[in-house]
Amino acid sequence: MEKPLTHNISSANEPPELAQYEKSGGYGALRKAFRMAPADIQAMVKEANLRGRGGAGFSTAEKWSFVPMGDDAPHPKYLVCNADEMEPGTFKDRLLLEGNPHQLVEGIIVSAYALQADVAFVFLRWAYKLAAGRMERAIGEAYRQGYLGKNILGSGFSLELHLHSSAGRYICGEETALLNALEGRRANPRAKPPYPQVSGLWGKPTIVNNVETLCNVPHIVANGAAWFRSLSHTADGGTKLYGASGRVKKPGLWELPMGTPIREILEEHAGGMRDGYEFRGLLPGGASTDFLVADHLDVAMDFDSMQAAGSRLGTGTMIILDDRTCPVGMLLNLEHFFAQESCGWCTPCWAGLSWIEQILQDMEEGNGRSSDLERLESHTRLLGPGHTFCALAPGAAEPLQSGLKYFKDDFERHIHERRCPWRQN
Amino acid sequence: MLSEQERNEIEAHLLHYPDSRAVCIEALKIVQRHRGWVSDEGIADVAEALQMSAAELEGVATFYNMIFRKPVGKHVILLCDSVSCWIMGYERLREHLTGRLGVSLGQTSADGLFTLLPNVCLGACDHAPAMMVDDAHYQDLDPARIDEILAEYERKEGESTDGKTTDP
Repeated sequence: MEKPLTHNISSANEPPELAQYEKSGGYGALRKAFRMAPADIQAMVKEANLRGRGGAGFSTAEKWSFVPMGDDAPHPKYLVCNADEMEPGTFKDRLLLEGNPHQLVEGIIVSAYALQADVAFVFLRWAYKLAAGRMERAIGEAYRQGYLGKNILGSGFSLELHLHSSAGRYICGEETALLNALEGRRANPRAKPPYPQVSGLWGKPTIVNNVETLCNVPHIVANGAAWFRSLSHTADGGTKLYGASGRVKKPGLWELPMGTPIREILEEHAGGMRDGYEFRGLLPGGASTDFLVADHLDVAMDFDSMQAAGSRLGTGTMIILDDRTCPVGMLLNLEHFFAQESCGWCTPCWAGLSWIEQILQDMEEGNGRSSDLERLESHTRLLGPGHTFCALAPGAAEPLQSGLKYFKDDFERHIHERRCPWRQN
Repeated sequence: MLSEQERNEIEAHLLHYPDSRAVCIEALKIVQRHRGWVSDEGIADVAEALQMSAAELEGVATFYNMIFRKPVGKHVILLCDSVSCWIMGYERLREHLTGRLGVSLGQTSADGLFTLLPNVCLGACDHAPAMMVDDAHYQDLDPARIDEILAEYERKEGESTDGKTTDP
């Protein structure tokens, strides 16, 4: 089984330095890209069926297609790598940033060439200190080797790449909020349209792509679209970084074919549940995805299959709920997170999420009322898509709506017994 | 007024952006690194250097949780309270830390050594529960491990205090 993203990564070792990276074929995709027209690279990425790995799963080539190209295009154009990984339960981009920073640098340069971008930023969450040091070093090495800067490898193409470390807040991962943060503003999302591809950073065309997405691009260019599609069990190309956390025997992260079934990840790679714990459910791709339960274990972890099962692939890093953990308590934890991280820009989000948190808090403390279930359900609709500027509140509604469906008995026990049955006293 | 070192560090970032405002968050982090936190004076200094109004900069500073607008202890403990760490024992660690330090979340220990803050997911979910102390990550935590980690910071503090008491 091929593992293009991680075959160079060993958690025991330092990441490959420039010479090592080059020796294993690194920056070969960049040299190949410079022999191709930008439009041909875009066509290749389209044919590869690469879908964005940040969570939404939008086609990368389609996203790119809205960037103005040609002589009349406004400049500078910007490429931003979204490395603001902060989705609870998610730790996949960290591996790529820490484990092989040159792979990401090459992915950024190749993608910037395909888009004819002039300046690129890596927007990195502040907590990833090790990644920051390693990225700085890789960017410095790439400049010294002539892979960045003016007239790269004599191609006539120039690119500046800077690392931008954040100062916190989950909302910075939302792409238009990220642009505001990068410009030195409060990270409130922007209204769309105009989309960033047309009017992004400082009003110029801007593409925002996730770390894992960009890391795939050099491999597509080096090995071709057909090869990339062959890595996957489904129509979407490539491998996927899958993870598992919670009370499994071996929590971790694995690069597997896109479309690997949940059961295989959970049982073969994560080693199944710890002794004394039973599986009750999971969030397949971070805090903002719908719960799935035992009936869904044979569903493939790809964008379309997850959606058909009533959830989303999200970041592909699953959080496991066991039988000794309270589902209402887990939802309180999740909704507390979303309420706290709401940027405060639109009312349904900041007011609705705090309300939800309060209802769940009351329920955990034994003060739930039978009308609360209906009220929570109505909140999931009021916070659904279309009622807010960005996807934070709809994301918060996902685990709640599915939690109410799958764990209804647990909610009712909290209300009727006037306590959390999982707590001792 | 910004120190020369603060000014130099801020100016190095200015080269990367088309306008000076874009470095304001980084500039606040630089001031915080040198002064421990961002006081009203710190806001005024950065605002003046970047030609922003203090009120505008204050609006930015208070948005971001890693800009401290109140004094913090010598070390800041960031205890992950997100879902994977919650499942794996966050509440037990919180009780242990608040008890050991004699503080609630958001407070600083009486000796001024530690400020205890809850924090969102630190990206170490496969080694939950996790926390950071300043820039260092710690994972696979339990109360005993936390005691070891804090004792190490306390031991270093003791050594540096001993070194300073040479005045007659």
